[in-house]
Amino acid sequence: MHQLAPLSKGANQKIATRAAYGQALLELGNQHQDVVVLDADLSGSTKTAVFGKAHPDRFFNCGVAESNMMGAAAGLACTGRKVFASSFAMFATGKAWEPVRQSICIPQMDVKICASHAGLTVGEDGKSHQMLEDITLMRVLPHMKVIVPADSVETAEAVRLAYETPGPVYVRLSRASTPVIFGDEYRLELGRGAILRDGSDICIAACGVELAEAMIAADILANRNIEARVVNLACIDPIDVDLIVDSAEHCGAILTAEEHQIRGGFGDAVAQVVVRHHPVPMDLVGMDDSFGQSGPASDLIRHYGLDGPSLADRAETLMQRKER
Amino acid sequence: MALTREEATQIRKVALEVRQDIVRMVHAAGCGHPGGPLGMADFMSTLFLQHLNLSSDNRLSDDRDRFVLGNGHTCAGYYALLAQKGLIQREELLRFRKLGSQLQGHPHRNLELGIDFSTGSLGTGLSVAAGMALGARLNSWDSRVYCTSSDGESQEGQIWEAATSAAHWGLGNLTVLVDFNNIQIDGRMREIMDVRDLEAKYSAFGWHAVTVDGHDVIAVDQALCAAKETTDQPSAIIAITTIGKGVSYMEDTSAWHGVAPNDEQLAQALEELGAAVS
Repeated sequence: MHQLAPLSKGANQKIATRAAYGQALLELGNQHQDVVVLDADLSGSTKTAVFGKAHPDRFFNCGVAESNMMGAAAGLACTGRKVFASSFAMFATGKAWEPVRQSICIPQMDVKICASHAGLTVGEDGKSHQMLEDITLMRVLPHMKVIVPADSVETAEAVRLAYETPGPVYVRLSRASTPVIFGDEYRLELGRGAILRDGSDICIAACGVELAEAMIAADILANRNIEARVVNLACIDPIDVDLIVDSAEHCGAILTAEEHQIRGGFGDAVAQVVVRHHPVPMDLVGMDDSFGQSGPASDLIRHYGLDGPSLADRAETLMQRKER
Repeated sequence: MALTREEATQIRKVALEVRQDIVRMVHAAGCGHPGGPLGMADFMSTLFLQHLNLSSDNRLSDDRDRFVLGNGHTCAGYYALLAQKGLIQREELLRFRKLGSQLQGHPHRNLELGIDFSTGSLGTGLSVAAGMALGARLNSWDSRVYCTSSDGESQEGQIWEAATSAAHWGLGNLTVLVDFNNIQIDGRMREIMDVRDLEAKYSAFGWHAVTVDGHDVIAVDQALCAAKETTDQPSAIIAITTIGKGVSYMEDTSAWHGVAPNDEQLAQALEELGAAVS
């Protein structure tokens, strides 16, 4: 029996991970003089402005020029700084992908790319701003660590972990306020996932905002006498191979859930472990080769079948493929 | 202070040796980029011998100068100069581009060898150099950051993002040397995509900018001295050069941007460069 991750005892508290990032970054900066923060004219939205106000000497606004920001971040890292560079996920990983590869990953610089407004839950801004390919773009890069925190507690942990982990790290953050899932004593480790709720009929593995939906799905499934194991895999690269293999053995089927393209994303990372180490039936919930559209975040999650009830149905369908 | 006659003579001598190394290295590799670094050899030698505070003794110290080869494909000359400074073993030069060599086809960060940063993709170097200069100032280090670029590289948009930020941040400790030879891979820069007057462009972006004859080591030295004296804005030195300089058949043509000489061509090149042919 695995030890379960500590869960929040608070009732229905909601905090956006980007807000938690701003606070965690401020505290990191208070603690460590080597922290330098860059933003690209979105510091109010990414919440790096909180750090900028407290430490104006260590905050540089690069203007609307994300590629240059990533190069400058690498240069600053050459002078012994741990650099946190933020923008929207679309621009930080999409527009600036090439300098991230050339100037940050190849020379393994101490740059932490913490990008907000990832995924569908950007909402009304629509498909140009709903970054659904960033996990793919970052996890494919050698030396890049990828962390997708699910709530405010895990975001603070991700910031600490990014600081303590040498080399490039990508942290994916969200715009929308989302439920606080973890208790304050929760600790995130590099390459380690966590079981939030155990069961042996099906495993639902999730990251980011989909973790809360997975918990809802597990409740729905329990009412149908299906016991689901819910696994959080915030750390996508390196990923927790042991936990995935254990879940495949224990549950016999794995459903993944992500607010991202299923091609090359989180589900693919899990599937790679499953096919190599312990093949079992799998299904991947996420965006299936489609861009999003404008709308309130919660409506979009439902529309594209990423909500708890849809996950429960997909899980039940997947279970029918399990070997008897 | 102006170069003494002896210093100028020494720089020209080193530039000639660097040119000999470039053609030998590219010939040994069977591939590579001889034209660009042959054109850059005079101003690069002036920088490395007279200005860049980098040596085998201080290569890991905080307050050394930094160098970023923005046009990374011209690294044969860069490596030859690091060998001149005792940072790279001369035997290693002939392993350039070979499997397992520290001398990659485009520079890879290796502080032991004095290679401050990885480059190769045009447009990325100046941003990194600006970040280094910003970091050096933040740390109160008395170090300067030098970066090379080129007329062809000036077609990349990221260069102008970097130019904007370096001026905005008032990086007086940053100098870019732009190799301006009017040649790019596909032909004449003026015909492919004319970047026009780079001195005027850098000036308009808020830089201290000058244009010099990139083969005149005295003029280059003066420009580098003026850059040091400019403390409130970054400096751009537009160095007008002839690609392939010193090897007649490589001069002023895009044909030798990325082609290695064969045995006969090597012999002719070395003869023209005044090397004792063995």
